[in-house]
Amino acid sequence: MTFDEFSGEDLEPQPLPEQAAPRRVRIKTDLGPPPGIRLGTNGKSPTTGRDVVFDVRDLSISYGPKTAVANVSFKIYRNLITAIIGPSGCGKTTFIRSLNRMNDSVPGFGINGEILYHGHNVYGGGVDRVEVRRRIGMVFQKPNPFPKSIYDNVAWAPRNLGMRKGLDERVEKAIRQAALWDEVKDRLKSSALSLSGGQQQRLCIARALAANPEVLLLDEPCSALDPISTAKIEELIDELTDDYTIVIVTHNMQQAARVSEFTAFMYLGELVEFDSTSKMFTAPHDQRTQDYITGRFG
Amino acid sequence: MTDMTTETLFDPTAPLTASGNLRRRQLVSGLAESAATGAALLAITVLGIVIYAVIARGAAALSWDFLTKNPPAFGSGGGIAPAIVGTAVIVGLGTLIAAPVGILTALYLTEFARGRIGNLIRLTMDVLNGVPSIVIGVFVFGLLVRGHHQSGFAAAVALAIIMLPLVARSAQEVLLLVPGSLREAADALGVARWRSVLGVILPSAMGGILTGTVLAVARAAGETAPLLLVSSIYPNGVHTNPFSSGLANIPVYIFNASEQADPGGFTRAWGAALVLMAFILITSLGARALLARSRRKLTR
Repeated sequence: MTFDEFSGEDLEPQPLPEQAAPRRVRIKTDLGPPPGIRLGTNGKSPTTGRDVVFDVRDLSISYGPKTAVANVSFKIYRNLITAIIGPSGCGKTTFIRSLNRMNDSVPGFGINGEILYHGHNVYGGGVDRVEVRRRIGMVFQKPNPFPKSIYDNVAWAPRNLGMRKGLDERVEKAIRQAALWDEVKDRLKSSALSLSGGQQQRLCIARALAANPEVLLLDEPCSALDPISTAKIEELIDELTDDYTIVIVTHNMQQAARVSEFTAFMYLGELVEFDSTSKMFTAPHDQRTQDYITGRFG
Repeated sequence: MTDMTTETLFDPTAPLTASGNLRRRQLVSGLAESAATGAALLAITVLGIVIYAVIARGAAALSWDFLTKNPPAFGSGGGIAPAIVGTAVIVGLGTLIAAPVGILTALYLTEFARGRIGNLIRLTMDVLNGVPSIVIGVFVFGLLVRGHHQSGFAAAVALAIIMLPLVARSAQEVLLLVPGSLREAADALGVARWRSVLGVILPSAMGGILTGTVLAVARAAGETAPLLLVSSIYPNGVHTNPFSSGLANIPVYIFNASEQADPGGFTRAWGAALVLMAFILITSLGARALLARSRRKLTR
């Protein structure tokens, strides 16, 4: 497929994941692996030499007079899973939604600082938020499939983005990537609303993948699901890191520990601690992190 | 909170029958329920009486000839075929004008409008809804008939103006019911807004929009005042061209027949009223069936 339709002025087209061309922006990270600590749950290599997908610098977000996120800075690395944890109201959902500009239409929304996506400011002049969202997909807390057939749910975005060539293959690939193919391949024409909650959420992931994004933002994707569906989605998230960079907001600390390589702990709008997940859950620096992960509040 | 312990003191072993103020509360509850039921029954009764009166007096006029024949060139009697065809043409054309404009207005109000302009348009729609139909008739008379001639098209425009606020308001209500999560989902896929509106939001609300449009059609089909001004002089026989002349239509036929000195005219007026009612009933039943089918398709 071509990206002719999407080329913006500031956001240059990125190659497809399978072509694996070298990224244009390569930022050496200053966060080396902490010595002697296993990095990530699936033994991924440390951050050294990894591309930085998001470089968040001094980010503050407010709704009218109320500050939701204050002075947050950290980096999100390519093909790794970054988890954001924290108690309710700590600003983690506000934060993740600002990464693909889903907050723009919220009344009173104001932003300070920078979110650099491959070096481009997401909120910079000339940036088209529709294109931002095409590159940075999102899955929400509650499964929200369209009231259409399973096939049409996944095919809708590619159709509207002008990616009509090989639509069937694209849909099948996306549903397979979302580990849903075997369950729905015989009833692609039936309504997406007939699926179970867990299947619907995986369908939403497939729908997001079909638009061919580079990053997947997951906003508490399992909070409305039962443990079995949750386990399936966690497994799926882990497999997706080969092709995608994933940011996941979760209430569930065990989930963060299970799936992520990096964890950010937010509290009252501030970033308390950001480190490799293994370090965070074994030897946190901050007392508040310690208290939260041991269940003293939250 | 501390009062709770003292206040909820009661004998836990007392029998489980109504006691204390529960009797009074049950009485109030029963009264409220019967008042609501009574009001609902009254509404149905009024409708029943109207339908009964129309059928009792109009059924005598109904016959195959009444539905398919032309009225005679002179004198009374004959059928209402031209009026049936004319009403269908006028209402159909009016719907074709009002439905797209009304639905697009509703889409603008729910999906794109911000603040003041949205409020202004909403207010305009409400005011337009409150304009008496005779005023709309006079307006269209001045706009399209004076200096030209009466026409079915002028009648369709008048009906469209009457239907527009009804369609826009009902479509707006339904569009507001489309969950915000669907809009978010569509936005998050990086698809342009108008495509989200056409591909996701509008189809989700289509059933309700259809129902609202049919209600507007039912309301407009019986409008008489504007038609008396803009489509009451028409050639005899069945005509379908709305631009060449006025078109015969059922409301004006009812008006004329009931003014005739011939007692048979009354019967024919009732008969035409029955036909008009059946026309509206069939339209709304058809729309409901369509709606039910699209619902089934979406939820299976």
